[in-house]
Amino acid sequence: MSEFLLETHHLRKAFGALIATDDVTLSIRKGETHALIGPNGAGKTSLVGQLTGELKPDAGRITFDGRDITDLPTARRARLGLARSFQITSIFDSFTAEGNVALAVQATEPHSFRFWTPAERIARLRHPARRLLDDVGLGRLGNLIASRMSHGQHRQLELGMALAIRPVMLLLDEPMAGLGIEESGAMSQLLASIKGQYTILLIEHDMDVVFSLADRISVLVGGRIIASGTADEIRNHPAVRVAYLGEEDDELDADG
Amino acid sequence: MTFLGRRGVLLLLLLAIAIVLPPYFGTYYIRFATQIAIYGMAALSVDLLLGYTGLITFGQAALFGVGAYAAGMLTVYGVTNAFVAWPLAILISMLFALAIGSLSLRTRGFQFIMVTLAFAQMVYYFAQSLRNWGGDDGFTVPQRNHLGFVSLADHATFYYVVLALLVLVVFVANRIVASEFGMVIRGIRDNERRVAAVGFPPYRYKLVIFVIAGGIAGLAGALMANHAKFVSPATLSWQLSGELLAMVILGSANSLIGPILGAAFFLAFRDVLSDFTEHWMLFFGPLLVARVLLVKDGIWGMLLRATGAGEVPTAREVDCPELMVPAPDSKPGASP
Amino acid sequence: MTLALLLEQLFNGVQFGLMLFLMAVGVTLVFGIMRVINLAHGALFMLGGYFLMAALAWTQSYALAVPLALIGGALVAVVIEIVVLRPLYRRGPLDQVLATFGLSLFFNEAVTVIWGRESIPLSIPPFLTGSVEIIPGAAYPIYRLVITGVAILAGLLLYLLISRTRVGALIRAGSDNREIVAALGININLLYTLVFALSAMLAALAGIMMGPLLSVEPGAGDPILILALVVVVIGGIGSVRGALVGALMVGIFDTLSRVLIPLVIQTNATSALVGMAVYVLMAVVLLFSRTGLFAAHRG
Repeated sequence: MSEFLLETHHLRKAFGALIATDDVTLSIRKGETHALIGPNGAGKTSLVGQLTGELKPDAGRITFDGRDITDLPTARRARLGLARSFQITSIFDSFTAEGNVALAVQATEPHSFRFWTPAERIARLRHPARRLLDDVGLGRLGNLIASRMSHGQHRQLELGMALAIRPVMLLLDEPMAGLGIEESGAMSQLLASIKGQYTILLIEHDMDVVFSLADRISVLVGGRIIASGTADEIRNHPAVRVAYLGEEDDELDADG
Repeated sequence: MTFLGRRGVLLLLLLAIAIVLPPYFGTYYIRFATQIAIYGMAALSVDLLLGYTGLITFGQAALFGVGAYAAGMLTVYGVTNAFVAWPLAILISMLFALAIGSLSLRTRGFQFIMVTLAFAQMVYYFAQSLRNWGGDDGFTVPQRNHLGFVSLADHATFYYVVLALLVLVVFVANRIVASEFGMVIRGIRDNERRVAAVGFPPYRYKLVIFVIAGGIAGLAGALMANHAKFVSPATLSWQLSGELLAMVILGSANSLIGPILGAAFFLAFRDVLSDFTEHWMLFFGPLLVARVLLVKDGIWGMLLRATGAGEVPTAREVDCPELMVPAPDSKPGASP
Repeated sequence: MTLALLLEQLFNGVQFGLMLFLMAVGVTLVFGIMRVINLAHGALFMLGGYFLMAALAWTQSYALAVPLALIGGALVAVVIEIVVLRPLYRRGPLDQVLATFGLSLFFNEAVTVIWGRESIPLSIPPFLTGSVEIIPGAAYPIYRLVITGVAILAGLLLYLLISRTRVGALIRAGSDNREIVAALGININLLYTLVFALSAMLAALAGIMMGPLLSVEPGAGDPILILALVVVVIGGIGSVRGALVGALMVGIFDTLSRVLIPLVIQTNATSALVGMAVYVLMAVVLLFSRTGLFAAHRG
């Protein structure tokens, strides 16, 4: 059994003349928190799309737990244990917070072709949902309709739903996006608390969070991985400093 | 969605009206009420797809017509027992729905609308071509089905049977949309991408609800064949599909009851206006446009709000990937 | 079935296909650029025929009547766009489908108020009657040749407009990014009105030309609209090239199947199969490619 849970092998994706993913080979170890950073337009969205099955690569393979998942549809990957949270909040607007998580819990069952019992009354769905809401800090807000929640609460819900499907790996797409200082801190703590329980691929712009959480970091620029290594290695990597951070050394030196 | 409190009282009131009023006013109104119940059932099936799953289908009339043809043909062939004929009609419509759905549901958004329309047209042409069954003119159904010892020839008896079936359909549909399956369906409406991301393969769930809705439409069609004692390709027209959609929207989508009220409104509108002019459609068209452009709510939604009985949850705008252009001041569709 | 007859049917198929192209390109432009589904497009086809008839009765001259009918169609389109479509741009497909469906109901009824329910036969312009021997032994109606030519011309002009003019560039830009075009100070509302009027005129043109062949009646546009929509599904949404290829495919397939199927299959089901043929084609294309043959690329 390989030490790597998720691997991409020479992944390539082009949109006409634009090469969004250029020979990307990524290896994520079991249990590690691996961050993927890079400037806007680097191709993170396309890469995430290919990893989750929403985008078909032009070339290359993706393996998950030793298994080739390149041609598997999104839902199958989720069932194999690859959960994701979305960069732009993607929840069920008309459901309550608890309903959102409960539906995710429901997804862990072999199938949902049950037509009689009202889902709201099914304890084996609602109880875990409530516990998960507590875990992500939304404990009291279970009955709030999702569309009426704040942005920060949405981010928490995103995470809750990803956790609800009992994954082995989390693909977190900018969980800190749009959060204020306090909310960021809370989310950061939350992520720290689940680190180690899951293999995590973290896509983030927030460098503080990246350097505090990540075991290893890969840097994506112009569709290629230009560097991959520990936080220290990346911090001092010349190509990274130039390509990604330009003159802003301060960011990297911030927490020493 | 539980039927308690003010909403429950309102529903019971509507049911009471449906039971008591028509016979008080005479045969014409009994027949009128029967028609409302039948179209209401068909519109409800559209709401299951539109309001609850987010599927805009322009082909439900095909399934309605299939049910009508099935029941009519069975009667002509001597199968007049409703306990045999109606389940058969439902089954046949479900099979058609399975065929149409399995192909159509591979598409999304605009294409789905067009594909359902196109397949409905196929069924329409097919019905028109049935020379032995009157072709474009259709055929008369010699008699109504019967329930064993109970004859349905009497309009009042038939009406109450139809009403009972409608209540049953509403009850069953309500259980379905509240069940685990229903949650997946509503999740698909709200966010199909998310549904897949948590592990549900959307296609199969959409297909199942499509078949269920097809069966309900087929039952309504069979009842129509009984009510009118006449079946023709007109029951399969895409205009009817459009009218069913209109009924759902006028009545309030995403509510099951709304479509029935919408059917009542549509038929009443037609009935009242055609006393004044044969060109009543001239007014209905703009009415529909006005409802879409100007009015946020449907009849049931307005009724609930007026009596303080709650609201119809406004479903998120239905899925149409090609239309996902982020616009700075875009607002979710106001109509459902 | 002689070769001459087959060729004649083939030409008919191409001609019909080109008419469908005029319709389909309007649908695909409006949807591709304005993201609007317009079910009232068939009504514009129908109005083309009615306006031609009315203008002829009034002016007794084709030279005047045709432009008048086109202008009439454009005017109706402008009114529709301003009153009904503009509020719908930000809305979803359901609102658009229902509102434009309501419009088509209205127009179908409105023509019966003005001109009655009967189908009105229009005769082929006297200077275009007769046939010409394009292939020895096969005489082909001049009128059909002429309208084929007009359709090709219209297609060429459209192509030139979209690819070679400033307006065309704006149209293409507006398709990709509304906000940027608006930010450039271009009046996007005017642009949209223009596009819509253009698509309506194409539909009216098709209606004008088909009038003498099909006859003018309420609801005349509906079966044509449905076929145009099938063309768009086959050709791919937003693609003008797809509209052309799809239209020719549908036109030829439909025309040939009407002639060939009864020769091969002689049962009661024949007319059903004939009507269904095009939809079978659509189903096959969909199985092959979910988004049609030339779907415009949405990155």
